[in-house]
Amino acid sequence: MNINHHLDDATLVSYSAGALSQGMALVVASHLSVCPQCRQRAEINDAVGGVLLESLESETVSDDMLASILTQLDDLPAETHSAVSGLTRKTIDPEIPAPLREYIDCSLDQLEWKRIVPGVTYYDMPWEGRGVSRLLRIAPGKAMLAHTHNGNELTMVLRGSFSDEVGHFRRGDVADLDDQIEHQPLVDSEVDCICLIATDAPLRFTTLFGKLVQPITGF
Amino acid sequence: MKNRPPGEDVDNIVQLNQAEMASSDWSDLLGSLAVKPDKHIYARLFNHFAPKVKAYIVRLGVALSAAEELTQEVMLSVWRKAHMYHPEKAAASTWIFTLARNQSIDWMRKQKYPQYSLDEWSETASESGQGEQEVLSDRVARAISQLPEKQSQVIYMSYFEGRSHGDIASRLDIPLGSVKSRIRLASEKLKQIWGGEEYEY
Ligand SMILES: [Zn+2]
Repeated sequence: MNINHHLDDATLVSYSAGALSQGMALVVASHLSVCPQCRQRAEINDAVGGVLLESLESETVSDDMLASILTQLDDLPAETHSAVSGLTRKTIDPEIPAPLREYIDCSLDQLEWKRIVPGVTYYDMPWEGRGVSRLLRIAPGKAMLAHTHNGNELTMVLRGSFSDEVGHFRRGDVADLDDQIEHQPLVDSEVDCICLIATDAPLRFTTLFGKLVQPITGF
Repeated sequence: MKNRPPGEDVDNIVQLNQAEMASSDWSDLLGSLAVKPDKHIYARLFNHFAPKVKAYIVRLGVALSAAEELTQEVMLSVWRKAHMYHPEKAAASTWIFTLARNQSIDWMRKQKYPQYSLDEWSETASESGQGEQEVLSDRVARAISQLPEKQSQVIYMSYFEGRSHGDIASRLDIPLGSVKSRIRLASEKLKQIWGGEEYEY
């Protein structure tokens, strides 16, 4: 996969730190699953976590925890490689990045897309919380309204392509933007453009959910 | 020795060795556990890492009693998943950190933290050998301690408190953009050290 747009360092640090919302982490993990370059950066950030873990002042652990674990170990067979590969034997749709397959067990076309306006449909990820987390499907030639972001917004292209002020985004590319940027993405592929998007608008905006989503998705 | 509870004898082994263990030895130990399950080796790893894991979980904001339970779960998974550990790809502390992070998030959110390789280390990991990983860990540790306070602060708030950029921004009362640029600056320095650039003694 020829990837031209990558994740911001600040986003990768937060991912490794475990500080991203569920939706943002899903976009990051999806991009990492196809991008060796970002994966290498993520591994450095994980190692920073390891160093920080070592640096912590130890917390007392109860005396019998080890004993209790040791007695459990006999009844607890170590996971085997075959058990793991059993999971991956599911039919694999190469269009869906591995982390996203956890939540989607059909093809992108078989999803129950909900219409916002003609040419724009979406499919929500099965959780609530901070910000938006959904698949967005936009027809060729359609543009989204110019918008700024409240906080960070991550967009990964799964099918088709779009262009905006920042550049041309194709399959695997990720647009990692914050509220400094105003942009107007235009779908320039012959097929629908399908993106996985997430925002990290904090909880206090949830009552404005509709208003927040509208400028992002509305045509 | 035969009649004592399982933890006790291994406890003594640990006390003998704890002082002289360098960080690379922990990766060696975990690496040997990956090849062959061994309770004595596991106990040594437990005694070193369980108190750190608990400290991490407590700092994330989990109540003490739950932190105890969660620490036990994390340490159990060290045993269960040990066969997936590759010492040439990551230090033991890195691997255990990711287990602790993922399980803490799963516990706090009741949602699985999305991972890019499902419990498997990617094939493209940095090619540095194990010894090198450890030297890097030591360098990174020093580098973190040398970061300007404004930068180390956002790193700590991210890793130890699990705070998002927006959350850090409102806590410190600075713009979102400043949080991100501080994290980027810190990350840039740590990456340079990792890549071996601009680092000389
Ligand atoms: Zn990338």
